[in-house]
Amino acid sequence: MADSNPQTGTTGLQLALAWLFVGIPLTWGVVQTLINAMKLFQ
Amino acid sequence: MSFLDRSYSIAKPGFNRWMVPPAALCVHLCIGQAYAFSVFNLPMTKLLGITQSTPADWTIPEIGWIFSIAIFVLGFSAAIFGRWVEEGGPRRAMFTAALCWAIGFLISAFGVYIHNIWVVYFGYGLVGGIGLGIGYISPVSTLIKWFPDRPGMATGMAIMGFGGAAFIASPLSVWLMGLFSTPTHVGVAETFIVLGAAYFVFMMVGAFLVRLPAPDWKPEGYVAPTHASKLITTSDVYVYDALKTPQFWCIWIVLCINVTAGIGVLGQASAMAQEMFPGKITAIAAAGLVGLMSLFNMAGRFFWASTSDYIGRKNTYFIFMVLGFLMYCTVPYTGSIGSVAGFVLAFLVIISMYGGGFATVPAYLRDMFGTRYVGAIHGLLLTAWAMAGIFGPVLVNYIREYNINHGVPKAQAYNVTMYIMAGLFIIGFIANALIKAVDARYHMKADGSADRAQMGVGAAARPAGA
Repeated sequence: MADSNPQTGTTGLQLALAWLFVGIPLTWGVVQTLINAMKLFQ
Repeated sequence: MSFLDRSYSIAKPGFNRWMVPPAALCVHLCIGQAYAFSVFNLPMTKLLGITQSTPADWTIPEIGWIFSIAIFVLGFSAAIFGRWVEEGGPRRAMFTAALCWAIGFLISAFGVYIHNIWVVYFGYGLVGGIGLGIGYISPVSTLIKWFPDRPGMATGMAIMGFGGAAFIASPLSVWLMGLFSTPTHVGVAETFIVLGAAYFVFMMVGAFLVRLPAPDWKPEGYVAPTHASKLITTSDVYVYDALKTPQFWCIWIVLCINVTAGIGVLGQASAMAQEMFPGKITAIAAAGLVGLMSLFNMAGRFFWASTSDYIGRKNTYFIFMVLGFLMYCTVPYTGSIGSVAGFVLAFLVIISMYGGGFATVPAYLRDMFGTRYVGAIHGLLLTAWAMAGIFGPVLVNYIREYNINHGVPKAQAYNVTMYIMAGLFIIGFIANALIKAVDARYHMKADGSADRAQMGVGAAARPAGA
């Protein structure tokens, strides 16, 4: 299995994709929550 | 399945350590769904009646037990499997967590389909709860090893994901239920199946991304301290030896109190705000407050844990205890003068420290007990969370009910609870003040064991007294 899972140096693209993978859903969730939270000030 | 082995997840030269926080977030953003389970409460009371509950439908208290069991099992599975997680490596742990979490959802879907609450207790509560416990601690020690220069920030990032997961799970679950519901059917079972499958895929991405640093790796320019500072050890303590130290139990008390105080108000914030400020805070505004508190819960995890890297763990908890005391004493006063702004501000500070307490504690344990078994020790410490999950709601709900039954106006029914919470922070302050460096007799002794050295766990060391 080691050959099918080569662990080489990380590229900038890989790093960006990894962060986008978790960042996009989290940002979407935060925006949704902020929209709801604004009701406190209405 | 050898790719799950610890040895297969050792990073090659050139691996960027900033790949590890997203891997950890893949897991925590999924298991943190537990915080959003309440969105299923109402639909699950109408599985048979569809538009309204029938006598044969499940009640809210019955459904409430699903979350309680899951959190209770989280604490104890983290304690029981902590050493296995540490020795098996993060990839195996993340894979197991993904499997348990997804299977838990599938079993629960079956329970909903046949309308048997015990199957849901078993699925989401027990099997899912084990996934929660293993998943929660799986990336902790890996992050600390990758970020020896900023352990608070690193673990804060992962645990922030646990706090933020509800932001995604809540609207996603509502949308899915809307998609699957028909005039004759509530789409809870289908939503569980989709969530289980989606979370499994998402968590597996984390399992594939995660890497352990090579045993001799250190960040560029980082010089590891050769001498232990006053409250940061350079030695390691074996997982079960940590239980024999007063430091472990002092941190246990501090965490338990911090969580008790936060969890109590987190669950009751909406009702409390409306009852303390009748006419001023409506149900819609209270829902907004709950959303804002969730954001502060998440942000507090990153902010306080990162701050602790600069001011120290003990000082961070001193701030929690002192500020917590002041804020809880302030809440009844804000109610008496009708200050909504003061009330909201106090709650937001409290809830940021609730999240911060969770996120800072792994680094506190690392400072006290070293890096080697920090994940396993963290697992044991999470029993404090399980206990706080019982204490917090009991303190808020039962004392409120007692007061109202004895003629106290609703607006003042929470005052006693607030003062009790403030009193708890004094105990926490003392427990934190008692924390000193762990006695050297608990430190692991070197014995040059080759096989364990290869594993990178318990490397070249044996438990003290072994």
